Amino acid sequence: MLTPLTPLWLTLKVALIATLIAGVVGIALGWWMSRRRFQGTNVVDAILMLPMVLPPTVIGYYLIVLIGRNGVLGQYLDRWFGINLIFTWQGAVIAASVVSFPLVYKGARAAFEEVDGRFANAARTLGAGEFEVFVRIALPLAMRGIAAGLMLTFARAMGEFGATLMIAGNLPGKTQTLSIAVYEAVQAGNDQLALWLTLVISVVCISVLVVSSRLLRARH
Amino acid sequence: MKTTTRHSMHRLANRLRTAALSVALLAGSAASQAQEIVVSAAASLTNAFQAVGQAFEQSKPGVKVTFNFAGSGPLLAQIQQGAPVDVFASADQETMNKAAAAHLIAAPTRVDFAANTLVLIVPATARETPSQLRDLTGAAYQRVSTGTPATVPVGRYTANAIETAGLTDALRPKWIYGESVRQVLNYVARGEVDAGFVYRTDAMIEPDKTRIALTVPTTPPVRYPIAQVATSKQPALAGEFMAYVRSAPGQAILQRFGFSKP
Repeated sequence: MLTPLTPLWLTLKVALIATLIAGVVGIALGWWMSRRRFQGTNVVDAILMLPMVLPPTVIGYYLIVLIGRNGVLGQYLDRWFGINLIFTWQGAVIAASVVSFPLVYKGARAAFEEVDGRFANAARTLGAGEFEVFVRIALPLAMRGIAAGLMLTFARAMGEFGATLMIAGNLPGKTQTLSIAVYEAVQAGNDQLALWLTLVISVVCISVLVVSSRLLRARH
Repeated sequence: MKTTTRHSMHRLANRLRTAALSVALLAGSAASQAQEIVVSAAASLTNAFQAVGQAFEQSKPGVKVTFNFAGSGPLLAQIQQGAPVDVFASADQETMNKAAAAHLIAAPTRVDFAANTLVLIVPATARETPSQLRDLTGAAYQRVSTGTPATVPVGRYTANAIETAGLTDALRPKWIYGESVRQVLNYVARGEVDAGFVYRTDAMIEPDKTRIALTVPTTPPVRYPIAQVATSKQPALAGEFMAYVRSAPGQAILQRFGFSKP
């Protein structure tokens, strides 16, 4: 059954999974980049930050070229696994992950760089491996910055529009997220629905921000 | 910008969009001192109207025609919220009827100026070609595209044809909706969908990437009405543009792009 709440559940599902994916990749890369200084560090950093500065439609186009049915990777996904990401909610997850990834990456990297290197070294002299240093020293000390990054990632993923529309289209009940539902309602002159959806997304976003800032304060 | 909608309460979402369009259009007109009209036209008219606009500008030096192409539904919503538009051309009668019912157009100026046909197209790389609508129920057609029926005329024409063929339920899970007929064309040309419904004139734009499978009879026939927007500040120039569209040179351009006489 399609109700005005259908796009809300879909949006929450997409944003949650996208935050998870962007979180794992972003924290790992943030950790890695915070410890490495090599030729071209800045270039790699710039490439990783690109999704935040490029227009989402450009990201959408990159993704179509990459994972479209005739795309560079997409044609093999289709031929070998029968996977089509265009016009699916999984495609929306990919779009949201890519677009929101820089937020958690930047937050994590800055947080890891703030962590005093002497703690990590002390752990190493006590016999801790690199993974143990990461999990037991760096991650807990950087948690506040990472959590803030994840929060922004989730909010950005919830509001994602441009790349999502290009990748996942506008299929009511399947890929129509809240932001796209608002767009269609306005286009159709259905102001009441647009207003109602706008209220829903505003309330959800405010709740997310309030709850997460409370959680953060509780930690300290 | 004074809005002309008769409702006493304006809703924020539409206001913002209208404001954005107004600013864009005003910025454009401030830059050039020449006489300018704004024409909101259905997406399927894009290429043909650009050519008509150029010819019109050449025949009247100092006049500039600015086009605003989109699905007919979104164009209507913009005018409803007071967008500064002089001429409106939609891809179906229903959208123009709504405009007339809301007194958004100067009713006596309304006239049909072109006709088109609905066609089913497949990507040029497709192995099979459907020979009848019923073929779309087959496994080879997982994704079939048309315009969003609520706002895009091609979606309504398609829905009617599918209903007439008794395939509404069978095809329900397969639809991929586009914001305009040109998006549907793009989906098919890129091979992201297995088939799509567009106008013949759209299919002619991508002859290398798409193939026309069959012509789909529609009720009502695809006819394009044009009318002067009631709030136009340049009714005379708007009238001249509409007359040019219906003149012999104007019709010749439309026919070059595949449109037929209404």
